[in-house]
Amino acid sequence: MDFTDLTIKSASELLSQKKVSALELAQMSLKRIKEVDDKLHAFLYVAEKESLESAKHTDEMIIADHEHSALTGIPYAVKDNILVKGMQATAASKILENYKATFDATVIRKLKQVSPTMMGKTNLDEFGMGVSTENSAFGPTKNPYDLSRVPGGSSGGSAAAVAAGEVLFALGTDTGGSSRQPASFCGVVGFKPTYGRASRHGLIALGSSLDQPGILAKTVEDTATIFQIMAGQDELDTTTLPKPVPDYSKFLKENLKGLKIGVPKEYFAAGLDPEVKTIIEQGIKKFEELGAQVSEMSLPNVKYALSAYYIILPVEISANLSRYDGIRFGLSAPGKNLEEVYYNTRSAGFGAEPKRRIMIGTYASSAGYYDAYYKKAKLAQGLIRDDFKKAFEKVDLIVTPTSPNVAFKFGEKTSNPLSAYLEDIFTGPLNIAGIPGLVVPGGLTKQGLPVGIQLIANHFAEEKLFMAGHALEQSLNLKLKPNI
Amino acid sequence: MSISLEEVNKIAKLARLTFSDAEKQKLQQELSAILDYVDQLKELSGKTSFQITDDPDAVNLVRDDVVDAQINPQEFLAQVPAREGKFIKVKSVLE
Repeated sequence: MDFTDLTIKSASELLSQKKVSALELAQMSLKRIKEVDDKLHAFLYVAEKESLESAKHTDEMIIADHEHSALTGIPYAVKDNILVKGMQATAASKILENYKATFDATVIRKLKQVSPTMMGKTNLDEFGMGVSTENSAFGPTKNPYDLSRVPGGSSGGSAAAVAAGEVLFALGTDTGGSSRQPASFCGVVGFKPTYGRASRHGLIALGSSLDQPGILAKTVEDTATIFQIMAGQDELDTTTLPKPVPDYSKFLKENLKGLKIGVPKEYFAAGLDPEVKTIIEQGIKKFEELGAQVSEMSLPNVKYALSAYYIILPVEISANLSRYDGIRFGLSAPGKNLEEVYYNTRSAGFGAEPKRRIMIGTYASSAGYYDAYYKKAKLAQGLIRDDFKKAFEKVDLIVTPTSPNVAFKFGEKTSNPLSAYLEDIFTGPLNIAGIPGLVVPGGLTKQGLPVGIQLIANHFAEEKLFMAGHALEQSLNLKLKPNI
Repeated sequence: MSISLEEVNKIAKLARLTFSDAEKQKLQQELSAILDYVDQLKELSGKTSFQITDDPDAVNLVRDDVVDAQINPQEFLAQVPAREGKFIKVKSVLE
């Protein structure tokens, strides 16, 4: 048995047939991490002792109960901006280097009820600010397909860990594309739910009106299995809605007869890499073969999405990051008086990108500039939401590229922050509109780099993403695996 | 440059961040480039309203104000950089 070939579904079947134990799965995961993580640096913390103890306990439970959930005993990893009680949660920032989480995030609490095995915490861009993991205070993660390239970000550690077969799935977060763009760069499935579908409680806040927990996994079916556990209302996050969660497994079929798919022309304009374009177009052709009706459409205001995003997000960042004051938790740098403690702690603890965004956010929300920036950004947000709303009156799903390009080389976008911001051009509009998205691997370029196809659905229509994504994946039958 | 060095200084003060002179000059350039980009939003000046048809399920949610036993005050206090007993120690706020 090759651990790197396992999916949640196949590993769970092996567990049922007693061909493998939870402990053996955890040991295989640790072995793989030891083999490749020196090269990749996907993990900021490997929970060796904790995972083995947890897996032993799970095996005893399976023997006692004679049945288990699909996720029981499955090795997984968690992005280091999600709280797991008693474990580090650095958000890849020096300011939280020695912080230990005092409670479980709701998504972790829900997962723990079905006992998957947590293998450790993965790398990210500091607080989730970035598209490459190059903004991690603890060094970048490398792309398993090409070690000279970035894995994407900010959930780059989670994407690389799944792609390299270190774990069978990983949790990420997604504020502007942070789970979907790394999925595209690393050839795995990436998912962002509707805003309000899954709890943000215990996620280290970046942009509270945009953040959602995300999933990185090997198949669409596995993603649906994980999301079944994560979805739903949480009284600790009052933005989650009390809508019933459907049984997602019922929607996984191979035929898309009657499904209406829209292809927005704005997503195929200049700047899109021709090879990426070809792979997306091949995916769209597959959808037609599967019975879907494809039509061209327009989202006229989506061109304002990035501008709105890079106002709304920094404004929320400047407010959210004010809690790192050196008083209650995290780093505390000495000073003569209280104000100096604030200055010294924040200046020593935050990296260049958080500082840059705090500065933009403070500027855009300060007296005299609020109307010119924040108010305009909220207006653009309303127009973009309306664009999508109108589009979903005519189509069930929208299909687009995930990123204009494949994984780029280290250092390529570090000298110019704006060029890195433009990476979110296709993924950010979903967060601005609050709608869900799924990235499914579409193929490899001639150079052997993965390209992901983004599927977009209306609010709370995640089942349509899983349905179409599963059908596409089965029909493409890629079985991507990096040579590492 | 859509932002001056004086403005960089002012924002840094509001944000409680210190920068070297070289960092300030770099920030002036970077922030100006970002602000120039988002200036496209000025095109929206004529548009004053949009129609959001709110989700009928989007209602205000509240929960009962009850003590949650999941949270242990001792574990929270263990994360505090400086304390005396159960109190958080800070520099004097009023001079």
